[in-house]
Amino acid sequence: MSAMSGKVIASTALPSDYLSEEEIAEIEHERTLYPDTRAVGLEALKIVQKQRGWVSDESLLAVAEYLGLPVAELEGVATFFNLIYRRPVGKNVILYCNSVSCWIMGCDQVREKVSEELGIEFGETSEDGEFTLIPVPCLGDCDRAPVMMVGPDLHRNLDRQDLGELFSRYRNNQD
Amino acid sequence: MTDNAKVQITIDGVTYEVNAGSNLLQECLSLGLDLPYFCWHPCMGSVGACRQCAVKQYRNEEDSAGIMTMACMTPVQPGARISIEDPQAKAFRAGVIESLMISHPHDCPVCEEGGECHLQDMTLMSGHNYRRYDKKKVTHRNQYLGPLINHEMNRCITCYRCVRFYNEYAGGEDLSAQASHHFTYFGRHREGTLESEFSGNLVEVCPTGVFTDKVFSENYTRKWDLQTAPSVCAGCGVGCNIAPGERYGELRRVVNRYHDELNGYFICDRGRFGTGYVNDAERLKTPLDGAGNELDAAAAGQQLREIAGSAGGTIGSARGTIGIGSPRAGNEANFALRKLVGEENFHAGYSDAEHACMQLITEAAGDPRFHNPSIREIEQADAVLVLGEDVTNTAPRIALALRQSVRNKALELADGANIPRWQDAAVRELAQQERSPLCILSSGATRLDDVASDRVIDTPSALARNAFELAHQIDSDAPSAGGHTDALARIADQLLAASRPLIVAGASSGDVDLIRSAVNIAGALRKRRGNGVSAPVDLCLLTAEVNSMGLHLMTRPENSLGAALRKLSASEAANVIVLENDLYRRAPHAQVDAALAAAKASVALDLLPNRTTAKADLVLPVTAFSEQQTSYVNYEGRAQLAYQVHRSHSAARPAWQWTGDFEHFRQALLECADSIPAFAKLKDVLPDTSSLPGGIKVPRQSERYSGRTAMKANLNVHEPKQAQDPESALAFSMEGVPPRRDATILASTWAPQWNSNQSISKFQDEINGPLRQGHGGTLLLEKRTESGGFYPPPVNGDGAGLELLPAHQIFGSEELSSRSEAIRKRMTGAFVAVAPADAVKHGLKQGQGVRLSVAGDAGGVSVTALTCIRTQTSPGAVALHVSDCGIDFHGLGARVELTPAETPHGRGLGELIVSDLAREQGDV
Repeated sequence: MSAMSGKVIASTALPSDYLSEEEIAEIEHERTLYPDTRAVGLEALKIVQKQRGWVSDESLLAVAEYLGLPVAELEGVATFFNLIYRRPVGKNVILYCNSVSCWIMGCDQVREKVSEELGIEFGETSEDGEFTLIPVPCLGDCDRAPVMMVGPDLHRNLDRQDLGELFSRYRNNQD
Repeated sequence: MTDNAKVQITIDGVTYEVNAGSNLLQECLSLGLDLPYFCWHPCMGSVGACRQCAVKQYRNEEDSAGIMTMACMTPVQPGARISIEDPQAKAFRAGVIESLMISHPHDCPVCEEGGECHLQDMTLMSGHNYRRYDKKKVTHRNQYLGPLINHEMNRCITCYRCVRFYNEYAGGEDLSAQASHHFTYFGRHREGTLESEFSGNLVEVCPTGVFTDKVFSENYTRKWDLQTAPSVCAGCGVGCNIAPGERYGELRRVVNRYHDELNGYFICDRGRFGTGYVNDAERLKTPLDGAGNELDAAAAGQQLREIAGSAGGTIGSARGTIGIGSPRAGNEANFALRKLVGEENFHAGYSDAEHACMQLITEAAGDPRFHNPSIREIEQADAVLVLGEDVTNTAPRIALALRQSVRNKALELADGANIPRWQDAAVRELAQQERSPLCILSSGATRLDDVASDRVIDTPSALARNAFELAHQIDSDAPSAGGHTDALARIADQLLAASRPLIVAGASSGDVDLIRSAVNIAGALRKRRGNGVSAPVDLCLLTAEVNSMGLHLMTRPENSLGAALRKLSASEAANVIVLENDLYRRAPHAQVDAALAAAKASVALDLLPNRTTAKADLVLPVTAFSEQQTSYVNYEGRAQLAYQVHRSHSAARPAWQWTGDFEHFRQALLECADSIPAFAKLKDVLPDTSSLPGGIKVPRQSERYSGRTAMKANLNVHEPKQAQDPESALAFSMEGVPPRRDATILASTWAPQWNSNQSISKFQDEINGPLRQGHGGTLLLEKRTESGGFYPPPVNGDGAGLELLPAHQIFGSEELSSRSEAIRKRMTGAFVAVAPADAVKHGLKQGQGVRLSVAGDAGGVSVTALTCIRTQTSPGAVALHVSDCGIDFHGLGARVELTPAETPHGRGLGELIVSDLAREQGDV
C-alpha cells in the first residue's frame, strides 16, 4: 500500500513474535531491577546478543519496540559500547589486548601470528565464520600479559607457538 | 528560584557587577566580553562538553598562579578573580580548538555555514590559524534527512548541541549521538525525514555546517549578500519574529529573530520553510478583469472605486458594497477596506465558528481575572491543561514552550538540591522522568502526549462536558455538567496545587464550548486562589492566523462572514470586495457560490490565484508579507510591526494602496490607531526615528553586500539608482548606520568577530534579556474593571452519525505556506482520522478512500478523503484534514456519516508523522 509507506514513528514490519520467549523472560527479569525502562535497554541488547550472536537492525527495532524506547536512542547505546556487535561476528570473538602491559610483553608479535593463523586483521571475521578479532584496551590481567579472551575464556602468557593448537581446539568444539 | 542579586567579580583586573547564581561564561558574554564557547547555549545551559571557554581563576589577590577552570561550569562567587587574557588560558583554548578542528574539512568556501559560522568565529578568536595535524581525517557517511535539512557529518566538532536541542529541548526521538570518541556520529538510526516540527532550528543551533537549510542551499546566497529586515512570521497566530533574506528579487530564506518574550531563539518548520510561495511563478502580477485580461493599474483603481460606489464621491460612503477582511492581511490592509466600504459593511474573513470563538477570546482577554501569557510566561507554568487544541499543529512554537513548562518540576528539584538551574546535565540527571503536570483533553493523539501526565480522549461534545465538570471540581460555584471521573479529580488537584497554572485552548477547532469551559476552569482557579488578591490566572487562548486578532478588533460582532454572504445572496448588498481571502476555505461552498453569483460585481485582492479570485470581476495583485510593511496582532493582543524586506517587481501593491487614500504607510497606521479605540496604542509600534543618528536610515544590506554594481548588468551596464524607501526607517541600500548596539530595527545580527547568529548576545541587555532599546511590540488590549462570570454547560446534543472536527497539520493547514514547494514535500493528502472500531463498523481500510456525508441528509454535501485509522482517535469522532484538496469542510456540518469510497489520487499519508497509526485492522 504505497500511501502507507511512510514515516510512522517506531513502527516496523516486524512480526510481533520476533523476540523469543526466553529473551522476553530475561528482559522482564532485568526490568524488575531498574527504576525505568530506559535503563533496561543495554541489558536487553546483551540478552539478544547472547541468543543471536549479534544485534541486527531487526533485533534493535524489536528491543526498542518491546521496551517502548526511541530506536535512535537505543542505537546510540548499542553503538557506544564496543562489545555490542552491530555486525555479524564469528562463532568465537577474540578480544585481544593491545594496551601498554601487553605491548611491553610483545603482544604485537603474537598478534601477527594470530592474524596469520586465522587470516584476519582487527575488525575482521575469518572466512569459515569461526573467529572475529577485536582489540580491547585491557583485560585486567597485566601480570600475565600478553592476554586475550576467546569467547568466555581468558588466555594468559600468550606464546606464538601455542596458538595453532589453541584455535583448533575452538574449531573442533562444534556443538 | 532565580536569584536577581548582583555580586562583584574581577575579570582581568576590572571589577564588574554580575548576576549571582549565574555562571562565569554567561556573565562574561552579558558584559560583552569575547570568550569562545561551543556547547553552551543561552537557552540550554551548560554541560561542560567542549572545554572551549577555559579561563584562569585566582583564589585571591596574592594568587598569581591560578587554576584553569571552565567558565560555563563555574558558578559566580562574590569577589571572584578571573582572567580571560591570561597566556596559559589563551594557549589552552587554542589547544582545545586545534583538537576540535583535527578532522574538520577545509570546505568553508563550499559550506553553507561559511560567513555565519560560529566555528569560524571561535577559531579565529582563539588564534588557531595554522594546522599542524597532517594525518588522515576521520570521515563519515551523510544521511538523507528529508527535504528540509542537509547533513554533512564531516564538519562535526561533537559539541552535542544538536541532540540537546532536538531531543532534550524539542522532544524529538529520531536523532541521536551514536558511537564514541573520534567516531561519534549525530544522525538518525537510518536515513529518513527528521520527524520533529522544529528540525529547522538545527541549522541555527549547530555551531558549524553539519545541519544546513536544504531549501536555501538549492538557491544559496552568503549571509552578507542577503537583504534583510525585521519581520514577523505569518504562519500562525503566535507572531514569532523572523529575519527573511532576499537576493535578486527572491526571498531566499527565513531565520529566527530573537524576541525575549515570544520566540526566543527558536521558530517552527512552517515558519522557516513556509515562505516559498512569495517566489511562486503563479503570483498575481497585474490587475485582471473577470475574463482574465490584464488591466493597467490606473484603470483597475478606477474600476475598484466605481464598484465601491464612490467614483467621484467620497470614499467611505459606499453603501451597498460589502468588504470582507482577512486574518492573513495586516491591520492597515483591513483598515483601508473597512474605511472604503464603511464599518457597517466590513465583515470578518474567517468562518462563523471561528468568529464565535474570537468573540469569546476577546471577551476573556479583557477580563481582569485572566492573563494571556507570552511564550516566556508559558514556559513558567508548573501545571498545564490543554483543551482540545492540537497545539503542535496550530501554534507550534507554543507547543515547544509547553514542553519546557514540564521541566519546572526538574528546576524545582534542582533548587532543592542546590544545583544551579543552568547545570543542564546535572538537573536532567537529578530529575529523570519527573515532570510538572501537563494534562491534555483531546479527541485524538497529540504531539505532546509523550510528556503528558494525564490524557482524556473523547468526542468534542463529551470533552466540553468533561471540561465544564472539571471547572466544577475546582470550584463548586462553577456549574456542573455531570460525569465526575478520577482523572478529572486528579487534574483539578494538580491545577489547584500549582503556583502558576495555565489553561490553553483556541479557536482552531471552532468549538465555542471548549473555550467557554476553558474560561470556567480559569475562572474557578482564580476564585479558589482568591479573587482580587491573587495574580490573574494564565489563560492562553490561541488565535488561528497571523492577524485574526487584528481583524476581529476592527469588525463589528454581528458582521460575520455568514452575514455578509447572506446579505449578498439576498441582494441587500450589491457588490463585494474580498481582501486576501479564499472564501471557499471559510464557508460552505454553496453559500459562497450563491453570494458571488448574486453580487453585481466582485473584487478580489490577493497574491496567488485561488477559487475566489477565479470568480472575481476584478482581481488586484497584492504584495506578500516580505514585500510590504504592515502590523499584525497576535494571540496575546500584541501588535508588532513587520518591515518590508524587498520590493515587488510586479504591479502588486500593498492592499491598503489599492483600497485606501493614504499617502504613506505611516498615515494608514496612524489613522487606524486614531479611529478605532482598540488600536489606540498601535502607533507605539512605529520606531522612534529620533533615535537614528542624524536621521540617517538603517541599511537593509550589510557593509559587505557584494555585486551591487553588477546585479543588473545583463540589462544595462549603468548602475541603476538605488530604490528609495519613503515608508520606513530602513533603506534598500548598504549606506546608512547599521544598528550596532541599538536593536530597535535589528534584522540580521553582526558584531566584530561575531559573524554567526551567536552575535545576538552583543545586542541583548543581558543573556536572554530584552534587546537593547528593542521593542517587542505593543499589547493593545485593555482589561475591563468588572470580571465575567461562569458560562452554563452546553445542553447534551446527541445525534446520528459521527462528530466532525478539523485535523490540523503544521504542513498543509495554513493556506499560503501550503503553496510553498518545501512544505508541499511534507504534506499529506486529505485524510480522515477515525478510531479502529469506527473503521470496522463502516468497512474502512487504512489508506483507502472514504466518503463523508452530512448525517441524515442524503442530498447534502459529501467529500472524499483517505482513511487514516488511528488507535488514539476517540470512537464517535472523526477529524478531517482538508490539506489542499478544496474540500467543503464547512458544508459538512457537525455530524457526518462514513462510507467506503474510491481512493483519491494524489498525495498519500506517507508524510504523516504520528505515533498512533494503526498498522492494520488487526490492531483494533
